[in-house]
Amino acid sequence: MKISREEVLRVADLAHLELSPEEAETYRSQLDEILSYVGKLEELDVSRVEPMTQVLVNPPGDRHPELRDDRPRPCHVAPEVLGQAPEAKKPFFRVPKVIER
Amino acid sequence: MSSSAAWTIAGVRNALETKQISARELTDEFYGRIDKRNGELNAFLTLSPRRAYAQADRVDRALAAGHDLPPLAGVPVAVKDVISTQGIRTTCGSKILENYVPPYDATAVERLENAGAVILGKTNCDEFAMGSSNENSAYGPVRNPVALDRVPGGSSGGSAAAVAAGLAVAALGTDTGGSIRQPGACCGIPALMPTYGRVSRYGLIAFASSLDRIGPFATTTSDIARVMSIIAGGDENDSTCAALPVADYGAEIAAPLAGVRIGVPEDYFGEGLDSEVLGKVQAGIALLERLGCRRVPLEMPHTDFAIATYYIIATAEASSNLARYDGVRYGLRVPGTTLIEMYRRTRQAGFGAEVKRRIMLGTYALSAGYYEAYYLRAQKVRSLVARDFADAFGKVDAIITPTMPTPAFRLGEKTSDPLQMYLADIYTVTGSLAGVPGISVPCGKTSAGLPVGMQIFGRHFEEGRVLQLAHAFENGGGFSM
Repeated sequence: MKISREEVLRVADLAHLELSPEEAETYRSQLDEILSYVGKLEELDVSRVEPMTQVLVNPPGDRHPELRDDRPRPCHVAPEVLGQAPEAKKPFFRVPKVIER
Repeated sequence: MSSSAAWTIAGVRNALETKQISARELTDEFYGRIDKRNGELNAFLTLSPRRAYAQADRVDRALAAGHDLPPLAGVPVAVKDVISTQGIRTTCGSKILENYVPPYDATAVERLENAGAVILGKTNCDEFAMGSSNENSAYGPVRNPVALDRVPGGSSGGSAAAVAAGLAVAALGTDTGGSIRQPGACCGIPALMPTYGRVSRYGLIAFASSLDRIGPFATTTSDIARVMSIIAGGDENDSTCAALPVADYGAEIAAPLAGVRIGVPEDYFGEGLDSEVLGKVQAGIALLERLGCRRVPLEMPHTDFAIATYYIIATAEASSNLARYDGVRYGLRVPGTTLIEMYRRTRQAGFGAEVKRRIMLGTYALSAGYYEAYYLRAQKVRSLVARDFADAFGKVDAIITPTMPTPAFRLGEKTSDPLQMYLADIYTVTGSLAGVPGISVPCGKTSAGLPVGMQIFGRHFEEGRVLQLAHAFENGGGFSM
């Protein structure tokens, strides 16, 4: 078994997901099957392989052609952004109390 | 023009210029078609008639004033619902964004509209583009217009079905592990995943940032080329988009094929490949040889590891990207007495089963004690998959494979087994990991009448080469073999 019920619940907690007992078991068996399949990556010797951390291929000699000049630009989107919020009180998003005292 | 006519971009232009139809009448025509078919297909989630008619009227006024028309003037297009549209609801196929209305347009949408295109509406997709059948949408599955009991592929199933059914002339989709090419194959239309960094992703709602790409569906390769010419190119709002000049795809597709070297990797033709799909793709390769290509055998030994690699990297990135849906700034909020309780209830109620599964898999792969065994190892194997492509492109100009191991499967056939669903992406995820462009082109139908897709990969930023092969294949009768 690749993953236990306790680990599933720990992962759900990390991801801020609230699972029902039935969901926890379904995900445990499905993740177990997927992780067993993924185990095939252990067949490869990767001790001398660098991880691929960049996908964008740049033309030779031009290392960061897509970075723009760092200049401030006007940005007046607060009303539109707050307008999408489930609960807002200008200029804030409202949430349940975070700090107890 | 009869109401059942198949429209192309060139056809729209000709009809407008010769006054056979106005842009407003054409928009009417397409909304009429959507009205007739969408109940059955479920391809569109939201229609945007106000914006569409305003744009059509702009085109008609330009025409009446005798102005030159922009390249996509009056062309009815559809946009996958993970791509932001200002003032038009954008759900990502998820309950968590059911009422979300973006305050800005994605660059790709803005460029289409600046080129005169008429945006009809937003198309259905797997939730947050996670799926291979469109059955993971919170708004119900899309049906394949070629065979209504079959899936249209996923995750861009609504865009593929809309174009295949004649409800749009072209559409935007997104491809992370096959989500443009695979539905293109299922629905029998050409579908291009551009090079990573060729099309701006500003305004694309992220799934897996090292893999996500925006690309077009259409019914002809010429139309794919025309849309690409508009949407490709650098964008100061997306630092992952290359500032390289955009090729004249319309000219490149017409280049003669003589001497083009095509690689056929045996690793894509093994166990699990449907015999009818195999037969059609072999016939497709033979046609390319008759058209002047030189066939070169290839080995791409890490192909078999691509699915495992992909499902670790994509889910890890997804678990991070989807952390933003917490009920605070946009989308659904389910109240709780504490902030954490609100997060948990909101995410539990707002996300569907596949999204939760992937968030959990990705969170696990990134968590303390497992990071090196899963995520870091997957990133190393990704280097090996990319090296397979680099080695191959030292010997050949393009790589030909099947797009999918089987034709479109039946609705419900794979929903209970996530791993079987993932394996539908076995031939598409490789190019996603490597960052290269790939197109799926129709390659005839099975004896049951289901479309088969043939995939053509090219070197980074060589969309023109990929389209050249696809275009010659189309002109040589390959689409209807």
